[in-house]
Amino acid sequence: MNALIELTWIVTKIVALVIPLFIAVAYMTYAERKVISAMQMRRGPNRVGWHGLLQPIADALKLLMKEVILPQNANRFLFVLAPMLSIMPALAAWAVLPLSDGLVIADINAGLLYVLAMTSMGVYGIILAGWASNSKYALLGALRAGAQVVSYEIAMGFALVGVLMAAGSLNMGEIVRAQEGPIWNWFWLPLLPLFVVYWISGVAETNRLPFDVAEGESEIVAGFHVEYSGMAFAIFFLAEYANMILISGLAAIMFLGGWYSPFTGIPLLGPLFAWVPGIVWFSIKVAFFLFLYIWFRGTFPRYRYDQIMRLGWKVLIPVTVVWLFVVALMILTGFGPWF
Amino acid sequence: MIEKVIFYVFAAILLGAAILVITARNPVHSALSLVLVFFTSAALWLLAEAEFLGIALVLVYVGAVMVLFLFVVMMLDINTAVLREGFARYLPLGALVGVVMVLQMLLVLGSGEVDLAGLGSEAAAGTTGNNVRLIGSVLYTVYVYPFELAAMVLLLAIIAAIMLTHRRRGGTKHQNINSQVRTRKEDRLRMVNMPSERRNDS
Repeated sequence: MNALIELTWIVTKIVALVIPLFIAVAYMTYAERKVISAMQMRRGPNRVGWHGLLQPIADALKLLMKEVILPQNANRFLFVLAPMLSIMPALAAWAVLPLSDGLVIADINAGLLYVLAMTSMGVYGIILAGWASNSKYALLGALRAGAQVVSYEIAMGFALVGVLMAAGSLNMGEIVRAQEGPIWNWFWLPLLPLFVVYWISGVAETNRLPFDVAEGESEIVAGFHVEYSGMAFAIFFLAEYANMILISGLAAIMFLGGWYSPFTGIPLLGPLFAWVPGIVWFSIKVAFFLFLYIWFRGTFPRYRYDQIMRLGWKVLIPVTVVWLFVVALMILTGFGPWF
Repeated sequence: MIEKVIFYVFAAILLGAAILVITARNPVHSALSLVLVFFTSAALWLLAEAEFLGIALVLVYVGAVMVLFLFVVMMLDINTAVLREGFARYLPLGALVGVVMVLQMLLVLGSGEVDLAGLGSEAAAGTTGNNVRLIGSVLYTVYVYPFELAAMVLLLAIIAAIMLTHRRRGGTKHQNINSQVRTRKEDRLRMVNMPSERRNDS
């Protein structure tokens, strides 16, 4: 009986996290279209609902109605499995992200490792989608995406090693608590190069512009999901945006002090904002990173493929390795207010 | 009770997937079954409260090694019929290796030196629920030289593998990234100031 209650409680927590997440994904697409159109001096979606606010719901309904087409000679089983494999890790990683102090589904000690393990699973969905569709464009897109994700995972992992050295823990809650204090106490300052590397790798991991050769429209139509339609396509879309929100959430936790207010501990300003709940600060930080994603998309031209690989292997990884030594030195000397 | 149920369910999945690895007709299916094997054994390790090992298994084998495997298998056009021909011929050898492995395991586990029943509880008691910290402190103090040695061997293996397989073919074109990055507008673009000309296609 007790086990049953516990199980219901866990499922309730998961549902309470996943439903807002899906709504956030839906309105992320709306925000993206609005921001991009503002950058391009257009109006963007403005027909469905007030200022187009119902547009994401209309899109979702349209995708639900559409037929899912199976390409000829496609591998049926893997073709259907691939979208599921791409959405599951994107959602599973959220289990250890603390949205506020103590507001987390699973407060496990190896939280950071768990996140890395889960995000590294996401590449299977992409590769299998490309292979199972029996299409040359899809296969090329999958190979590009796979190689890119595997390479940038290394730089990303190294950047996070710096964070866990500085925090002295793998537990996400502990990492945030190690950054307690005003904005200059957060890890983005002592770990600035790692922060930049993490963010660039995060953009590359999610296959977003300017690193979106995996779906380079002008060369390989839409990459690995070119043969998908209807809800199967929508799930890939959902996974991509859920991953973007995940990477932004991780960046907020690792480098921008998670749920802490930027004014913590400052006289006058600190008490003035003390009533704001931690989850609001966390959401503001995540929204900032999501805006960066859209801003990049509106601003940068697409990288050439060999340049992406060069950036990952020859620039970002050496930078992280050097900065890991610097972080170790800073910890040994008890540098600044951080260590 | 519930742990036992979970263990047997996962063990059954593990064995089923392991059998699929060698019986699947499609090499991609084989590779994916192997992924399932790794994932399920990681879950079993989690059940034994070895969370670091379990997650590391997913991170290294599922997240990196098997992705590369899948890459190679996807790009090669493997004819499984040819591979299957040697099955009967190699069966005695394979059976011998299997028997030796089972014997070794029986010798170790049956010797009475390993306390199987107390294994999980002892680990839990010694680590106070954080075996990441424990593994780290043991690995970098007591076993630091074997650890460094293993790292060196791996590094050497990487360099050796690259040296053995990397052959520079003649006649290939290479991008000189440095010169590309150093390029300025003046190198590529010439602005010409000229008066407009009359069309003469009439």
